[in-house]
Amino acid sequence: MAINDLFNQPLKVINTGLASFKTNLEKVGTEVVQVSWKPPVDVDKNSSRIIDANQSKIDKANQEALNIILNGKPVLVGLDIALNVIPGMKKNLILHSGPPITWDRMCGPTRGAIMGALIYEGMAANPEEAEKLASSGKIEYAPCHEHASVGPMAGIISSSMPVFIIKNETYGNIAYCTLNEGLGKVLRYGAFGSEVIEKLKWMETIMYPILKAAVAKLGRVDLKNIIAQALHMGDEVHNRNRAGTSLLYRTMAPAIVETSEIKEDTIKVLNFINGNDHFFLNLSMPASKACLDAARNIPFSSVAVVMARNGTDFGIQLAGTGDQWFTGPALVPDALFFPGYTKDDANPDIGDSAITETGGLGGFAIASAPAIVQFVGGTAKDAVQYTLDMYEITAGENNVYQIPYLNFRGTPTGIDVRKVIEKNITPFIDTGVAHKNPGVGQVGAGVLSAPMEPFKKAYEGLAKQFE
Amino acid sequence: MIVKGILKKGAYYDSVSLMIVSKELNQLEGIKDSSVVMGTQENRAILNAAGLMVSDFDKSNDTDLLISIKAISEEAISKAFAKVDQLLKDIRNKHDETGDVKAHSLEQAVKQLSGANLSLISIAGKYAAREAMKALQQGLHVMLFSDNVSISEEIELKQFARNKGLMVMGPDCGTAIINGIPLAFANVVQKGNIGIVAASGTGLQEVSSLISNEGAGISQAIGTGGRDVKKEVGGIMFIEAMKALAQDEETKIIVLISKPPHEEVLQKISDEIKKIKKPVIAILIGGNPKPLRNAGAIPAHNLEEAAIYAASLSKGIEVEKALNKIELRDVEILAQSEKLAKNCSGKYIRGLFSGGTLCDETQLILKDTIGYVHSNAPLNPDYQLKNLWKSEGNTILDMGEDEFTSGRPHPMIDFSLRNKRIIEEAENKEVAIILLDVVLGYGSHLDPASELVPVIRKALEISPKLLFICSVTGTNQDPQNRNEVIHKLEKAGALVMPSNVAASKLVGAIAKLIR
Repeated sequence: MAINDLFNQPLKVINTGLASFKTNLEKVGTEVVQVSWKPPVDVDKNSSRIIDANQSKIDKANQEALNIILNGKPVLVGLDIALNVIPGMKKNLILHSGPPITWDRMCGPTRGAIMGALIYEGMAANPEEAEKLASSGKIEYAPCHEHASVGPMAGIISSSMPVFIIKNETYGNIAYCTLNEGLGKVLRYGAFGSEVIEKLKWMETIMYPILKAAVAKLGRVDLKNIIAQALHMGDEVHNRNRAGTSLLYRTMAPAIVETSEIKEDTIKVLNFINGNDHFFLNLSMPASKACLDAARNIPFSSVAVVMARNGTDFGIQLAGTGDQWFTGPALVPDALFFPGYTKDDANPDIGDSAITETGGLGGFAIASAPAIVQFVGGTAKDAVQYTLDMYEITAGENNVYQIPYLNFRGTPTGIDVRKVIEKNITPFIDTGVAHKNPGVGQVGAGVLSAPMEPFKKAYEGLAKQFE
Repeated sequence: MIVKGILKKGAYYDSVSLMIVSKELNQLEGIKDSSVVMGTQENRAILNAAGLMVSDFDKSNDTDLLISIKAISEEAISKAFAKVDQLLKDIRNKHDETGDVKAHSLEQAVKQLSGANLSLISIAGKYAAREAMKALQQGLHVMLFSDNVSISEEIELKQFARNKGLMVMGPDCGTAIINGIPLAFANVVQKGNIGIVAASGTGLQEVSSLISNEGAGISQAIGTGGRDVKKEVGGIMFIEAMKALAQDEETKIIVLISKPPHEEVLQKISDEIKKIKKPVIAILIGGNPKPLRNAGAIPAHNLEEAAIYAASLSKGIEVEKALNKIELRDVEILAQSEKLAKNCSGKYIRGLFSGGTLCDETQLILKDTIGYVHSNAPLNPDYQLKNLWKSEGNTILDMGEDEFTSGRPHPMIDFSLRNKRIIEEAENKEVAIILLDVVLGYGSHLDPASELVPVIRKALEISPKLLFICSVTGTNQDPQNRNEVIHKLEKAGALVMPSNVAASKLVGAIAKLIR
């Protein structure tokens, strides 16, 4: 190319900085696009020097990570009891959402849910006993993510809870998740009253065997296919799972009817799924987890394989930094609240459900879900902008999950921590909001942008891999 | 506390819309809590728990709308009910905002604007070089308006650009006209066959405007940033721009504008001039014209001369004839100065400039008539102002220098500091003449006359014999319209000369007579 080539073309300008320059160019009829620019995040100078010097190495590793994430084929292959299948699961172990945390730092909903789980397990007779036992040191705690699992909100998994088993058919790895309890007073939002425990017991004793038999009859349920269709039907499979749940229901109902023996229970189970729009969430989450877990341990990759929150800390893990967590304080979401509640009641962001965003769904695919755009503060256009913003920080686009409104463009997939830092944009996450006190439950739903601190630490952590 | 409710049969809204309505209601005065929900069994349970249940609601079903409000008074409740209807209506009629989708980075912007070919960058200098490099890597030419980019970054960018056949204008380049399009601070000039390479921003604006006002036109005007011709950068882009104009079919005449370059760079420029078959007119403001003349260029003494030479050649008139025209005009200026001097009461001149190159040019012209003058940017370091907020003797200020602009917009946009200084100078009885430049074009103040006219009037009330002599850099096609600006300034009592050179010559001639 030569400078003279420019003289023979209409000028087309990218304007970064003073917006008045754009206005002036438009006045004289020149095409111009404004860059809504922000200074990059201030990171350790030495780290950015190292990262800059190794761009091509990181690019290559990220391409590999992205390919693995995109090639994943998550399939529901069965159900079982947590103790039987979750690696490392034991009677006195309780798994929770987010990065590791000790009882003394746990938020209200997580504590409430743990107390509920101890009552459910028969290890405590009442909330007082449960709280005493939970803080006694006799109970061990670990992140779901460190046991091939994910859990929404408090994300509590105890040993006798039934779990879905999701297999990544391409790479053979497995992910687990509990069954969704529905809305209202539920364990995952920290409620532990008797109706919560009763429902969990019903799920364990009645619903679980019926679903298990139905899945066994079906052999496998292709979750990737359902998710792809759900996106076309107005879900983003995090805050809205109405289409996903419907598709799952349509797939499973005949098998449930065929394999279930007691008519009354069959009806109850079908009605339970039908009446719970979020039922599919506990499958879209482990489906994302199964795809992302396969991309772990790719040296030098700056792609995130986990984003998770425990209601106190927000943590991430990268494909290139092994099992290391990078954390920072979790933020309180912007939300719409149920009657009687305000932001003062809200617990900071909580749950493993951000695994859907990590996998290019949820907030990243919000342009697919016009029905929930009002959570993002208004118009469908805002939702589209949020998805477009996420393309700025991802390594690529999904080959199967598509957004009809964007001409079936693939969803932004594979968060590249370098781009998060460079562009000063953090992932956009849909979320439910739990009451900050134990025992209350859900108080609203909304959105938030992830805090920057974990990404900054991850960036600097990745740089250390080169030393 | 009062709780009241309304049940609307068969009015379906989705739950998120209703949560928004409820949120708005809660912000009304006197409202403690409210709930607007569909009448499902679950919602009724929630209303019960929140103390918002009303007896009628028992009969509701899934498609009925329940509105319940808890407030401190009946009045607040009826106001809230009135508001609910409006809010529900608004939700249904909500319009999409119009406007572009946002790009947060160059890579996204490039995807949005297919065929993008130039990146105009005006972010803080510490980030600018990185953005410029990204643009170059994407194959875009760059105009780097930002200052405070390090010289090593400038060299890296320009070397990279040269290897890719791309242009980097700047850093600290305020002006350019590419393919007839004014970029950043630039004037709307006629299209034509004169190409300009300038390492001086206001120099480029003055010359391109004068050429256009003379009835000729510009093919390309390329600003390189002032540092390009220094030793370290070595004139990389100045040379590349010269080569590009030499090859450009539209360009028949080339004008070079710069403060004196480093000797080595001057040598390179001279070598390049030798290769160019087109007429080259060069103005090195305050520099030695000899090497350029030896290389075959036509040296000009000042910006106006350069513009007139170029315009004349463009119209097929020989340079000698253009020279005669200038000489005749200068005789007129001398005659005019004698008349004006008679009426002067003070003895000193004060030049208050917004354009740095114009300030230099004026000092050079004055040096030939009254010698060196004081300045914050003097030609001779002995004349450095001790206190830049206080003029001494004859003083010519560049108010676009950092010491005046830090924390403030450039004086071409923000007239407040200069206006204040005009009044201060007018209050000094020893001041006879105030010399001003007014720079028009995109980027500059859109109505400079509205700023200057009241100040000139006020100054003339304070000191009725004070002379205001101005030049207006720009064209009638500029958004401010040069003729209109001139007319307003003249009406206020200022004398407007056709160029900065003419204004400076007149001031010099008067100053010589009255001192």
